[in-house]
Amino acid sequence: MTAQPLPALVPGPDPAAAAVPVPTAAAPCDDAGFVAPPADPALDAGMIPFLPRGVRLARDHVRDMAILQAPERAMQLDAVGEAILTALDGRPLGAIVADLAARYAAPADQIDADVRAFLQGLIDRRMVFVRAP
Amino acid sequence: MTIAGPRDFQGNPVTPGLPVAMLAEVTHRCPLSCPYCSNPVELTRADAEMPAALWAGVFAQAAALGVLQTHVSGGEPASRRDLADIVRGARDAGLYVNLITSGLGLTLARLRDLEAAGVDHVQLSLQGVGRTAADRIGGMQGSWDRKMQVARWIAEIGFPLTINAVVHRQNLDTLPQMIDLALAMGARRIEVATVQFHGWADLNRRALMPTREQAAQARRVVDAARAALRGRMVIDYVPADHHARFPKACMGGWGSTGLNVTPDGTVLPCHAAQTIPGLTFANVRDTPLAAIWHESPAFNAFRGTAWMPEPCQSCERKTLDFGGCRCQAMAMAGQAAATDPVCSRSPLNPAVHARADADAAAPTDELIHRRMAREEAPRP
Repeated sequence: MTAQPLPALVPGPDPAAAAVPVPTAAAPCDDAGFVAPPADPALDAGMIPFLPRGVRLARDHVRDMAILQAPERAMQLDAVGEAILTALDGRPLGAIVADLAARYAAPADQIDADVRAFLQGLIDRRMVFVRAP
Repeated sequence: MTIAGPRDFQGNPVTPGLPVAMLAEVTHRCPLSCPYCSNPVELTRADAEMPAALWAGVFAQAAALGVLQTHVSGGEPASRRDLADIVRGARDAGLYVNLITSGLGLTLARLRDLEAAGVDHVQLSLQGVGRTAADRIGGMQGSWDRKMQVARWIAEIGFPLTINAVVHRQNLDTLPQMIDLALAMGARRIEVATVQFHGWADLNRRALMPTREQAAQARRVVDAARAALRGRMVIDYVPADHHARFPKACMGGWGSTGLNVTPDGTVLPCHAAQTIPGLTFANVRDTPLAAIWHESPAFNAFRGTAWMPEPCQSCERKTLDFGGCRCQAMAMAGQAAATDPVCSRSPLNPAVHARADADAAAPTDELIHRRMAREEAPRP
């Protein structure tokens, strides 16, 4: 399963490198007075992954494909990716995996690994959020 | 001589793809006057701007052509009183709407109107951190305070937020604070974009060119922040290409995936394309967008790879970076088809590095802010 970025909307790869002082929101800057919202919980069987505001499934009628629309990004979805994202309906990850395993008659372990890897990629892009029930 | 089908500027056949994104520069007006503005040095005046109804038609044509998202930008798009109408036209066409703004001119009521009109996501620019630095770069007293207020309203409404931090020699050392601020504002993403030295920025290169050490440190800061903030905030980084080994894949290739419509309806492959002499850019008021995209000589001029000279032609990277930026090649090499001189394989590269180093060491911080021509002429 894949979510392929459509070319114009995603920047190129960026090589990783050395450690330096890490910015944190602990020291508020200047006098702006903002307080950073907390990080999402880690993706776990009991946690609920969801599409946040500004991220939605859509149909690209010109190219005839399923896409995920997100801030300044559009991703091309294959059938499995579309099935996973369509299943994000407020249930915890465990229930979603069980449902997909039953629907596709596949081992739950494998589905679990695939779904987590797929969702983690979108979590890292801030296209999927995670919350506690 | 008539040859059927689209051809590049040398007459080689090309195969146009489909555009994904459209930059809609709905006005060149802006209360800020940043010295690196990406608008052309010759700005379009308000009376030449397309009305919202014409923009709606452009958005509908764009969607039919394959465009999925529009970036409603400027100038400052909020300088248009009918911005919500423009946004509605884009959403009615089925496009995802990104609002690209400095925040200046927005009120809570206007933001709520824009939410109702269908803005999907807001990208807020950051000129610097703190009142003194930001107001100086933006050329407007009070702009920082107003921008911070707008950021609070954006959070209150719940718009997805991206911070666009334009960096250069005079603010690159504050990159950690910029990242902190974006995180504190609740931004899902920060785009750290080094000034691209075209147009207005080129006039200011001696005051804005980063040093090599700054560019190297910025890379380290970005890499560390990415690791620390994974899953919290995405950090996209556009480095200073004057310091790179290979050029950026400008626009993902000329006329390949994006297009830009200016306030008066001129359609460009990129916002600096008018700096290339000899190309004629059609206007969407006169010519259908699909015809401009598929058939116009300007869009076809640098499509594909057949037009490329050496060293690009035999380079294994030619389908990765497309020889870099045509406008930069024009500006630095005097030929739009030349290898982008920021490429280490360009014969002009040593001169580019020498000039960038000299500009970075220039003993001036004085800025030439952008302005409309004749703006200071006495009014009748």
